[in-house]
Amino acid sequence: MIRFFKKKQYPKFWEDHIYKVQNSQKYANFEDIRFVAIDTETTGFDYENDRILCIGAVAIKNNKILVSDSFEIYIKQDVFNKETVKIHGIRKDGDEAKLSEEEAIIKFIDYLDDAVIVAHHTAFDVNMINQALNRLKVGPLESKLLDTNYIHKKIAKTDTYKKIFSLEELCEIYNVKMHDRHTALGDALIAAYLFLKQTAKYKKNNALNLFDLINTNYHLLK
Amino acid sequence: MKNTISERIFDFLKNYPPFNLISNATLIEVSQNVEIQYFEKDQIIFSQNDNPHEHFYIIYQGSVRLYRFVENEKHILDICDEGDLFGLRPLIMKENYVMGASANEETILYGIPIALFHDIILNYPKVSQFLIASFATNTREPFSEKHKGKLFANVSAIQKIEHGFSEIQSANYNKNPITCSPDTTVQTACIIMTKNIINSIIVTENDIPIGIITDKDIKTKIGTGLYKITNKVSDIMNSPVVTFHQNISVAEAQIKLLKHKVSHLCITKDGTNKSEIVGILTQQDLILTQGNSPSLLIKEIKNAKDTETLKHIRTKASGLTKGYLEQEIPIYFVTKVISEINTAITKKAIRLSISEIGKEPPVKFSWLALGSQGRKEQLLMTDQDNALVFENVAPAQYNSVKNYFLQLSEKVTEKLNIVGFEYCPANIMASNPKWCISLEEWEQQFEEWITDPIPEKILLSIIFFDFELIYGDDSLYNKMAKSVFKTIEKNQIFLSFLGKVTLDNPPPLGFFKQFLVEDNGENKDSFDIKSRAIRPLVDGARILSLHHNLRVNNTIARYEKLMEMEPQNSDLFESCANAFKILLQFRTSQGLTNNDNGKFVDINSLNKADRLKLKSCFKPIKNVQEAIKLRFKTSQIPQI
Repeated sequence: MIRFFKKKQYPKFWEDHIYKVQNSQKYANFEDIRFVAIDTETTGFDYENDRILCIGAVAIKNNKILVSDSFEIYIKQDVFNKETVKIHGIRKDGDEAKLSEEEAIIKFIDYLDDAVIVAHHTAFDVNMINQALNRLKVGPLESKLLDTNYIHKKIAKTDTYKKIFSLEELCEIYNVKMHDRHTALGDALIAAYLFLKQTAKYKKNNALNLFDLINTNYHLLK
Repeated sequence: MKNTISERIFDFLKNYPPFNLISNATLIEVSQNVEIQYFEKDQIIFSQNDNPHEHFYIIYQGSVRLYRFVENEKHILDICDEGDLFGLRPLIMKENYVMGASANEETILYGIPIALFHDIILNYPKVSQFLIASFATNTREPFSEKHKGKLFANVSAIQKIEHGFSEIQSANYNKNPITCSPDTTVQTACIIMTKNIINSIIVTENDIPIGIITDKDIKTKIGTGLYKITNKVSDIMNSPVVTFHQNISVAEAQIKLLKHKVSHLCITKDGTNKSEIVGILTQQDLILTQGNSPSLLIKEIKNAKDTETLKHIRTKASGLTKGYLEQEIPIYFVTKVISEINTAITKKAIRLSISEIGKEPPVKFSWLALGSQGRKEQLLMTDQDNALVFENVAPAQYNSVKNYFLQLSEKVTEKLNIVGFEYCPANIMASNPKWCISLEEWEQQFEEWITDPIPEKILLSIIFFDFELIYGDDSLYNKMAKSVFKTIEKNQIFLSFLGKVTLDNPPPLGFFKQFLVEDNGENKDSFDIKSRAIRPLVDGARILSLHHNLRVNNTIARYEKLMEMEPQNSDLFESCANAFKILLQFRTSQGLTNNDNGKFVDINSLNKADRLKLKSCFKPIKNVQEAIKLRFKTSQIPQI
């Protein structure tokens, strides 16, 4: 019974995650920040019942997309949704090397390090990851979050308050070629391209710093 | 591990040189380490004098301007587009960038780690060759020795190809070998051999060669009574057989035959005697392959009895040229071989003509080749340009002597025409009474050209300044050359006029997408490689050689000689010689492919590598033209 009153013990990967994010020295200088553009493919849109099939991520540092610092992992499925196979093309018994959800999530958190997450509709991907973390009795993600959708709204300055931009619309606006749509790493790369182009535009009017960028993200602010 | 991004990058890179030259495994590694960068229009990628980056760049989308400030004035050097490489300097030497690069439009670049590429250069001679050529677009004197040394610790690997020629040709072998089974009787086997007119038969079991019987075995084993013709072939066959794989070169075949003291090699699928037979190579096949070697061709020319034989030999020489180019034998060597063959053919045509006339020449004479043949740069069948000089004779004899040589020239040019050297449309041939004259007359003619340089005459006379002795008396030729140089020395203004004409053909700026970009921004879709790139280099070499009294005609040799004469300009001249080699090789392969004289190049038919290769040659042309402009003060010459 003594254990019950003790401060809750987290697994090492989660302790590390919290420590790294809380103690990062990199956030003050934009050139030093490691951003990670992510995308997940899931069995569906239900946070409770659907599961992550694949996580793709690629790092951006000092305005460069670092292909050598990218991440792509497929997860073994118990939940399976025939309908979404049409979109992401990941079959239940496809031939990609697959890990268990636990292994995959630990690997991803480890890869994430102290990076700032960038995604398109970040809330969805992060929620899916948080649900998976929850099943491991940890979470939610401590990482700082950015969303290409909200960065765009800030730059566009038009009355776009209610409008939600799809990835396709942003690609059109920012002239990003769409390759490998609906593969996690392919969509992560598209988000990374959008982010590079957006920060280049944003920089014209503002000194580039993380906290202003994060403030674009009123939706995700905790 | 699967990685969608690097797979996509791999797919892109493999379309472009030099990435198409490296193995998939290596290219995958490169793809995994690319840095993707985005630049807005006019954003600077690096500035002139910046410290070198750790990457060089290939353009994925958009285009990039390369520029250089000279005395505070910005000069656009080049505009690169999709698939172009730039920022190669750090790959070559640890020096700051000599030019700046900025985005010409919205641009996405792939940064390729230089550290990774050092190994690739060492392991792939073709990659280093390509980079030598493309570095040219990024440096003023691309081909100079000092760059080469630093870039390529393994220059020997690049030069390896320079040795040997017929030895690395692949050997021709019979791809339909005649076989029989082990229990065939000797008699049946001999009947098969006789019927097929072959001197050997391979004994196979399920297509695997287990033995071979040759004429020699019939002689030593049957003829001697050791075995009977009713014996089975397996009793007398030589086993196991000597085998080799399908990609066998002449040299390898020779070594193998010598080493095993056999006259036949079995070519099998995987090269071992455990795999399927696909062919047979005999000593005889090797001799036939080498039959296409230059020394054999020249021997054949010497023995030729008529023009038709010469024509046949010259056709074979074209095949030889093609083979050499495919094997990337250095162009300088190829031109030497082909010139020797052309010279031998002309000599033979002269000898045949003299014996047809039935009378030896009345006085000494020299047969001269002019233009590209005079410079020994003729690789394709082009027009003939020639002239004849004969000894000075008394006026009383003049007409009869001249008539003899005109008759001779008529016959020679006719024969050369049959061989495939078409008549010169401008009638610059020894059969023209104007160009079949005595030494005295030639000296006067040159003096007139040199002392009274009017434009029309200069254009006509240029070709005569590259005269080369082909046949006859060398003292006449020497006297003629001497007098030309003496006259030029006294009339240096002639060189200024010559220079002026030479500058009429500035090189284009480069290529952009599907077009050739001219200095004035004009776009064209075809390119006259002869007059826009080759001729300016030839002209440049000629005028500078005349200036230095150099008695060499070959453009490469001229530039090499000029490097000795002007060590301070050796970088420039070396880059010219190299550009000339590339262009000549290019024109020749184009000509052989399209079966024409290779003069015009269709830009749309060029791949990226070809474009870069051509572009790399434009800069030396520009530089040598600048040098001529300054040195010969051509701006003081009235407009032509």
